[in-house]
Amino acid sequence: MKSLYENVIVAGFGGQGVLFIGRLLAYAAMKEGRNVTWIPSYGPEMRGGTANCTVVISNEVIGSPVITSPNALIVMNNPSLDTFEPRLKTGGLLIMNSSLITREAKRNDVRVIKVPANKTASELGNDRAANMVMLGAYIAHKKVVTKENILEALKKYLGEKKMALFETNKAALEKGIEIGSL
Amino acid sequence: MKKVFERPKSMFPVPTHYCPGCGHGIVHRLLAEVIDEFGIRERVVGVGPVGCSVFIYNYINCDMYEAAHGRAPAIATGCKRMHPDLIVFTYQGDGDLASIGTAEIIHAANRGENITVLFLNNAIYGMTGGQMAPTTILGQKTTTSPLGRSSKREGYPIRIAEMLATLEGATYIARVSVHNPKAIIAAKRALKKAFKIQIEGLGFSLVEFLSQCPTGWGMSSREATKWVEEKMIPCFPLGEFKVPRSEKPVK
Amino acid sequence: MGEKVLITGNEAIGEAAIKAGCRFFFGYPITPQNKIPEYLSYRLPQVGGCFIQAESEIAAIYMVFGAAGAGARVMTSSSSPGISLKQEGISYIAGAELPCVIVNVMRGGPGLGGILPSQADYFQATKGGGHGGYHMLVLAPSTVQESVDLMTDAFDLADKYRNPVMVLADGYIGQMMEPVEFKERPQKVLPTKNWAIAGAKNRPRNLIRSLYLDPEELEQHNLKLHRKYLEMAKNEVRVETYLTEDAEIIIAAYGTVARIAKTAIKMLRERGIKAGLVRPITVYPFPYETFAKISEKVDNILVVEMSLGQMIEDVKLGVCGKAKVHFYGRTGGMVPTYDEIVTQIEKIVKEEVA
Repeated sequence: MKSLYENVIVAGFGGQGVLFIGRLLAYAAMKEGRNVTWIPSYGPEMRGGTANCTVVISNEVIGSPVITSPNALIVMNNPSLDTFEPRLKTGGLLIMNSSLITREAKRNDVRVIKVPANKTASELGNDRAANMVMLGAYIAHKKVVTKENILEALKKYLGEKKMALFETNKAALEKGIEIGSL
Repeated sequence: MKKVFERPKSMFPVPTHYCPGCGHGIVHRLLAEVIDEFGIRERVVGVGPVGCSVFIYNYINCDMYEAAHGRAPAIATGCKRMHPDLIVFTYQGDGDLASIGTAEIIHAANRGENITVLFLNNAIYGMTGGQMAPTTILGQKTTTSPLGRSSKREGYPIRIAEMLATLEGATYIARVSVHNPKAIIAAKRALKKAFKIQIEGLGFSLVEFLSQCPTGWGMSSREATKWVEEKMIPCFPLGEFKVPRSEKPVK
Repeated sequence: MGEKVLITGNEAIGEAAIKAGCRFFFGYPITPQNKIPEYLSYRLPQVGGCFIQAESEIAAIYMVFGAAGAGARVMTSSSSPGISLKQEGISYIAGAELPCVIVNVMRGGPGLGGILPSQADYFQATKGGGHGGYHMLVLAPSTVQESVDLMTDAFDLADKYRNPVMVLADGYIGQMMEPVEFKERPQKVLPTKNWAIAGAKNRPRNLIRSLYLDPEELEQHNLKLHRKYLEMAKNEVRVETYLTEDAEIIIAAYGTVARIAKTAIKMLRERGIKAGLVRPITVYPFPYETFAKISEKVDNILVVEMSLGQMIEDVKLGVCGKAKVHFYGRTGGMVPTYDEIVTQIEKIVKEEVA
């Protein structure tokens, strides 16, 4: 297994499904035999009114599950960008939801990917799948988990009750991967 | 010669530590008689209180817990949930049940825990030396209400039986007295009924015993029984306050 | 190897309790541990167990007393202010020698404090939070997997010593998800509970009490408890050492902070500072010996806690003046970061050179 140490903060407002895609990522990483930690917006991170979670993925034993300067950021709205952009590691990856974020990134020492997540999800017929578009863009870049394992995680977490949402979420993920691969 | 009187088998053959004229000994004996008459000693569990009757375990020969002050109903709950087939009773005084343990007794009753509570109300804290109880009656002098209990300063005596009878979870609630033979006979009848309700799995039962405390009240034994009759019973009327749905309460 | 599941610490603690044979839970809601009672409220009935949401933490701990006294495998969980309310009952449980497990998912205090993670209940947990001079065995997990493993051990240890065992977690462990394996473990042979309340049939009656008015009798009882604590200290101390072999400076931390320290140690080693970690897993009994030995090899030990310094007192007792003991802590729900720990260590190293 290739050596791997990745950490990412996913942030947005409540209802955008940021904790959900964090869980999908964590589950997929577990399926690939990695160590993984997932922490929701609890702890000092809770201040500021943004919902967020931190996911750490590694081949080795994971030390801190709390990350000061993440390698990657997935931000869904303006307040999350304001809060977390300064903390992104130099050379890190910033994936921002350009459908809702109205300003440019301030950092010029990081890689910025703009994803029109809400617009894309809306075109696919499921406004609420913007989070999946963002996750797709992220795994396209980072390749820390496979699409297949994300889909397996999606099946598990949607459960039978919400399985009707699987196809649009899958489509959103794939569209995100496409956007992220450009 | 025919034996006409003996110590109940469920009582250890030891003298009690209670003061002359105290009602605890009578209630202990009624308890032991009821246990014997049902033949359930081997599956009875008692939970003792903190207060004068803290040493009840020295007198009643069955498995027992000694509880913290006021917590007997919670301990009884834990035990009964573990062993639904055992017959679990708590024995509590007025400080234990009606003051520090109000939350525990209300919620045990409200959950309809299938236990039996013996509540001894003597309107005073005996063990600690005669301080005011939640059931001390208006005008009654104690070491912490030396001018006599005043509703303005100390509030009113709490009527536990009436209060608990309002709870849907409670099955049987009665108040009796042990200040004369007639009252004692009625008290035993109520206690037996309370245990029967538990044995039949019908739910929470509580018997409040009005009891004399000559030492705490600063009276002779005879004066104390008179005081129960004249002062306590008017404040705490006797009778059944809640009975199983199929019955009518005896007043 | 069994299959791994991704699960929060709180839920993992609940499931581990079920797997350990716990069938009784009594508790009262308080953040940030509500997932434990929520989880057990649907899991326990599935396995024929009993869950009661008590009227208060006080009632809950005495329901534990009642069930433990009746021979049950029983637990409660709470968070700091709720654990304070349970202290009276814990003292009675220790006095009456009843086995049970108490989980404290610590949050910031004092008073109502906050709901964010903390380690400020160390003194309360290890030094007898209630009255009368007793001890619990206190296990401090650092990962979700370890929470699971220690929960099983907790019930066995409680039965082995007839003593309350506390699992001392912080809010992070409760909230965090990690892959966990519920390992099949061989059943331990444990003493039979012939002292338990079960009805006095064909035996003298049993009595569960902590009341001994005769001073000589109470002294004998306390000496018996004391011998038990010494036995625990002899047999049950658990500690993890991480990169201590060649270490020139040691960090002492437990729980989540110990994980954060591991990341700091990696960073320090990349910068040429050989740091290592000593992580007490049992905080009572405390691994004094480990600190005594390590202080012969290093000159400096940095204690890091989510409090303003509690475990440091035990570290100092172990070190016994043979090394300098430094402290860094955050409190109130603030968490020491690995960057901060690195800075602290670099400062100590610099001062040493100067």
